Amino acid sequence: MKSNKFNRTDSLGKTILIYVVLAIACVCSVYPILNILSISLRPADALFTKSLSIIPPNATFDNFRQAFIQYDMLGWLFHSLVVSSAACAFSVMLSVTAGYAFSRFEFRGKKTGLTLILVTQMFPLAMTLLPLYLMIINLKMTNSYIALAIIYVSTSIPFNIWMMKGFYDTIPKSLEESAYVDGASVFRSFYQIILPLAKPAVALTALFSFMGAWSEYLVASVIINEAGKLTLPVGLVSMQGQFSTAWGIYSAGALITAVPVMILFVCLSKYLVGGLTVGSVKG
Amino acid sequence: MKDTVVKLKKKKRNSSFGIGQGRFTPFFFLAPAAIVLAFVVAYPLIYEIIISFKNVTLLNLKSQNYPWIGLDNYINVLADSLFYSTLIRTILWTAINVFFHVSIGLFLAILLNRKLPGKAFIRILLILPWAVPQYIAAMTWKGMYNVEYGSINIILTKLFGDAALIPWLSVPSWTFLACIITNIWLGIPFMMMISLGGLTSIPEELYEAAELDGASGFQQFKNITLPLLKPILTPAIILGTVWTFNMVNVVYIITSGSASDESQILITMVFKRAFQYFRYGQSAALSVIIFLILLAFSTVFIKAQKSDD
Repeated sequence: MKSNKFNRTDSLGKTILIYVVLAIACVCSVYPILNILSISLRPADALFTKSLSIIPPNATFDNFRQAFIQYDMLGWLFHSLVVSSAACAFSVMLSVTAGYAFSRFEFRGKKTGLTLILVTQMFPLAMTLLPLYLMIINLKMTNSYIALAIIYVSTSIPFNIWMMKGFYDTIPKSLEESAYVDGASVFRSFYQIILPLAKPAVALTALFSFMGAWSEYLVASVIINEAGKLTLPVGLVSMQGQFSTAWGIYSAGALITAVPVMILFVCLSKYLVGGLTVGSVKG
Repeated sequence: MKDTVVKLKKKKRNSSFGIGQGRFTPFFFLAPAAIVLAFVVAYPLIYEIIISFKNVTLLNLKSQNYPWIGLDNYINVLADSLFYSTLIRTILWTAINVFFHVSIGLFLAILLNRKLPGKAFIRILLILPWAVPQYIAAMTWKGMYNVEYGSINIILTKLFGDAALIPWLSVPSWTFLACIITNIWLGIPFMMMISLGGLTSIPEELYEAAELDGASGFQQFKNITLPLLKPILTPAIILGTVWTFNMVNVVYIITSGSASDESQILITMVFKRAFQYFRYGQSAALSVIIFLILLAFSTVFIKAQKSDD
């Protein structure tokens, strides 16, 4: 007699085997992250050790302190916060409106537009980084957070527009129709009726664009090079010195950067995949 | 009379738009996003094609006076034997990565797609690599590949003795393998979550019916799971391929510091040509070539998939 917690068809042996395989996979997927944790807790004189224990003997938070003392961690955090918030705000404004147009209005080139937006996902930023860089030099915008934020916006809105469109599609049209009957304009009914209803989707767009900007290294490394203006990713990778890397402090910084994003990401991953599959099935 | 006809016509045209929609309403809603996309995505792409025919170097970078040199950049790129070895390495890189992403991702998804206590927790652990910012993952793995103190070599020597010490970061072919392992680790969660999303949408009854008919597990997988996952997996595979083909972060960070070009892929070559050797024109030409390769790949792949149906 098997409990109905398990699949009906799985024998006991099979279930055990599944757990073993999954356990191995979990160890592989989590180990590198634990490795960062372990290094960040090591005292400076025991950085290079051959022990594999996750919590090292005489663990210390000294590296976390040193990240703020020896390096400009606070400045990097602040700069990244500025860039990511700007990117997030722009991205929300643009995708909320564009998604609405794609969901509600009929106009020529609507299908083409939606497909084109998907196609932009096919060509990652790395490919157009050079022309963007030349453009930025010509506009004298090197080291400009605005330039960086706008580039991040362009990477996040395609996905966000699709997600917003998907969400608007679930809101019945009759809501706006009754607003029109009462004499509201298109803009007013969008702003006062639909947008408040779409709050969850707006929150998701905001979070995804924030996290995308927060974790991007390549573009930032090309655009930002003035020592006092580094953002988190550029600063962290710059710890990798020519001859030696301050691994302890780097790991502490990496944890400070990554843990909040990781927690958010795990909480939101359900919606992320939902958005991706909706986009691909319909597109 | 005529007036009313015109009015009626106008009304009719209006109602062929969405309700409450004027002629330019969609324009107002779309313009901001369209402008940004045009400036940051479309224009650079065109600009890139233009500068790939020009001689852009560090010397004339600021003057904006780039002389036309026709196909010289392309000839330079294509005459270099390094291009072909890198192309082959890139194809190898993409094929190996995508193969493992899809096969392991799908495998884990199938294991998870059943009643299993603790499933939610296991799933969180398994998607963690996706949540780590890529550059942090690359840096961390680079630390783990350290010859003496990296945990990978420590584990290997504990398991297999001192002979298993691998010079990950100093021998190009090992570095390449190191990049592949890192990128496989990074890419599995995406494919796993996509497959899991697809699997949960397949009705249980299909498998029950197949079982009644005596179909084996593998037959069920081949005849039910795969065909029904196809519409979801195909776009994911195309996207995955393009992303892997253009994965700069991992390769660039892990190979930075090594002088050899023997573990580069095409996109890091683009990046290095532009931002380390300052050969902007050549770099642009190389990007255009990559663009054409990817375009060809996705057209052929989509066509092949369509003719299958």
